[in-house]
Amino acid sequence: MDTTGNYGWWLPVQASSYAQTIDTGINVIQFAMLLMFVLWGIFFTWCLFRFRARTARRAVYKEPAHWKSWIPDGLVLAFEILLIALYGIPVWSRIMQTLPNEKDANVVRVVAEQFAWNVHYPGPDGQFGNTELSLISKSNRLGLDRTDPKGKDDIVLWNQMFLPLGKPTILHLTSKDVIHSFFVPAFRMKQDMVPGLVIQRWVEPTRVGKYEIGCAQLCGLGHYKMRGDVFVQTQEEFDRWLVEKSREQREEREE
Amino acid sequence: MSDRTNPETTRVAPPVEVHEVEEHKLGFIRRWIFSLDHKVIGLQYMFTALFFLFAGFCMILIMRWQLAFPGKVIPLIGRWLPEAMASGGILLPEGYNMLGAMHGTIMVFLGIVPLGVGFYGNYIVPLQIGARDMAFPRWNMLSYWIYFVGGVLMLSSFLLPGGPAQSGWTSYPPLSIIATSGQTVWLVAMIFIITSSLLGSINFITTILNLRAAGLTLMRMPIFVWTQFVTAVLLLLAFPPLEIAAIFQLMDRLAGTSFYLPAGLIISDQILEVSGGGLAILWQHLFWFLAHPEVYVLLLPAMGIVCEIIANGTRKPLFGYKELVGSFIFLGVMSFLVWAHHMFLTGMKPALSNFFLITTLIISIPSVMILTCLLWSLKGGSIRFTVPMMFSLAFLPLFGIGGLTGLPLGVHVTDIYLHDTYYVIGHFHYVVVTGSLIALMGGIYFWFPKMFGKMMNSTWGKVHFWLTLIGMNGVFFPMFIQGLAGVQRRLYDPTVQVHNVMVQPLNVVSTVSSWILLLAQIPFILNFFISLFWGKKAKENPWEATTLEWACPSPPPHGNFAKDPVVYRGPYEYSVPGHKTDWFPQNEPDAESST
Repeated sequence: MDTTGNYGWWLPVQASSYAQTIDTGINVIQFAMLLMFVLWGIFFTWCLFRFRARTARRAVYKEPAHWKSWIPDGLVLAFEILLIALYGIPVWSRIMQTLPNEKDANVVRVVAEQFAWNVHYPGPDGQFGNTELSLISKSNRLGLDRTDPKGKDDIVLWNQMFLPLGKPTILHLTSKDVIHSFFVPAFRMKQDMVPGLVIQRWVEPTRVGKYEIGCAQLCGLGHYKMRGDVFVQTQEEFDRWLVEKSREQREEREE
Repeated sequence: MSDRTNPETTRVAPPVEVHEVEEHKLGFIRRWIFSLDHKVIGLQYMFTALFFLFAGFCMILIMRWQLAFPGKVIPLIGRWLPEAMASGGILLPEGYNMLGAMHGTIMVFLGIVPLGVGFYGNYIVPLQIGARDMAFPRWNMLSYWIYFVGGVLMLSSFLLPGGPAQSGWTSYPPLSIIATSGQTVWLVAMIFIITSSLLGSINFITTILNLRAAGLTLMRMPIFVWTQFVTAVLLLLAFPPLEIAAIFQLMDRLAGTSFYLPAGLIISDQILEVSGGGLAILWQHLFWFLAHPEVYVLLLPAMGIVCEIIANGTRKPLFGYKELVGSFIFLGVMSFLVWAHHMFLTGMKPALSNFFLITTLIISIPSVMILTCLLWSLKGGSIRFTVPMMFSLAFLPLFGIGGLTGLPLGVHVTDIYLHDTYYVIGHFHYVVVTGSLIALMGGIYFWFPKMFGKMMNSTWGKVHFWLTLIGMNGVFFPMFIQGLAGVQRRLYDPTVQVHNVMVQPLNVVSTVSSWILLLAQIPFILNFFISLFWGKKAKENPWEATTLEWACPSPPPHGNFAKDPVVYRGPYEYSVPGHKTDWFPQNEPDAESST
């Protein structure tokens, strides 16, 4: 699947429920910055031209304090207060400080390691199987306890993630070794994955397709090639995939 | 502090007995190497820091080649790189990470800070306050040599079999703790550099508070001295946490402690045997508690230089002296309350982020005020477009870009997307390179006649200026677009990830511009040395300036002032109505007034 069309010379395609909100913020702030820069620039250029040194003229000794000199400060302050009150705090609260109810959401564990993502689904029973540090090996990268009945239907993927469209997914993010950062540009989602901490974030995909996951925190020599793919499917496709994949992996394990 | 006019009552300290050694009695070593003279120490800082800036720049040139032309043989020097870094002339990921970590470290800690504080602070501050030397000349010398050892250690880590540190200039654990031995050397070198800065900062604070000339009240100090004062306070308060943090990390690496390591780390499928209980993001808190004030350490001296040169080049007093001083102090205080805006996505309690959002946006206000005062200072001036003035004028819009682009990064919501992308790289390079560095370059042109008694050639200065301007913008502006497209920082090969491919041509633009920037430095280096030896002799006060450093010979002799200067007025008395010239030096007595 060619996905290069999703990315370009500005923000990528919007594929999550909060992507548009974040883009609005970025675009509004950048427009305000540009406006400020242009206004400053006009004043600056005018001064350089108007007040260039000429022989017959001395500089004005004391430019009296003038209320106009507070215009830029006031404008920026007003803009920032609005930005904090109307945008920053409320949107942050919605994206970062609240989690959807686990019952109405799809739950996925993501465990990063140098240089890949292990994606762990609880399977059709909705319960994660136990994992043990001592069981971790090349073939069992999460240390899944195969004797645990809850884990029999679990799905473990390598650098791939499947998500249902239009339903929030709660991600439990952690790392085995160093700090990584889970970055899906099309979702406008990024979260550091810190060993020793399990961080919960949510995302609700709003567009079917394949999107790139990239690591955004220097994690070693393979940082640049630490990538994966998110596949967003309709709910039916996702449910079908979940059952099939679960059975397939169970059969593989039992062989 | 009231603006008292009687110089006799405002003498802040008795004249200090400066080691009154006749210059000709000192041998070469005591005069030029282990010197106690603040000016010689300043020059030592300058040459060392310029060397490190050049070294750090060369490192990024190699990295930029790899970014623009991934996997291609590096021309000219590729074959000469050590095997740990490159294979067959092609940079390896190891080499890229080493150069990346060393570029950041060298530019910040061994380049810009020693240039802005070590050089400008040491050379100019005592002259501008009319002192004969720094308060503690021996500490001053010690501070330079500790810095020197730290720098040599840092560079020597390239000779280690595993190469130097490769975990970024931020050295986040656990990565930095499991890294090769270069990281140990990095930490030890950092401890030297920090110690050097601490000694320096105490010296600056004492000097500025105690050794000012008679009549030089705090509110008559040049803004440059104010910025150095605030900088010294920042260094003094911000560096100790990093020193401790570095020692903790060293212990984690060498002594088996686990300040930053939680239990249960699995490195390459093996359980790492540590006692655990540590917290990986503790380092980030300690590091950024230093590193955010550090941004202002990089910036304030440069802003001070811009203030001096703009007042001089516009031939009028700076607009809003008190507002400027207040803004600098406010910046300094606030810079201790914003550190976690580097950590919005580290898993820190999200509600805390709101606090840091608010403090971060508050700290933008004094920066806007400073910029506004400087812009307003142009109004009504009689602007002389000298080379130092051109650099200072360029600082205004370019620092404006750097400051403004901090806004979408400081707002935590938009930072979710922009964090750790090239947008961040573009932002802080606009602040530190087209901001600080360009001002520091201008300062060299401005004070060159003071240091060496010669003028630099202004035509070649202008060539240097314009090429540098084009080069810098060409390197850094494309990074904003890359950042918006989602390109992450610190990628050895940016073409591996699909979302970065479309904007890859911008990497070529940046790299080609970096070559222009390299070429642009040739006229500067030649101009510097040719002027040093064969330059036109400078007049005593070539810029017709008002501050005290121009009240002594150029270059100033050991002890600076033959007679302690007395200050009668504020620092920027240009174009005073009724005065015969359009500058009225601080130390020139009033003709009619008797007190």
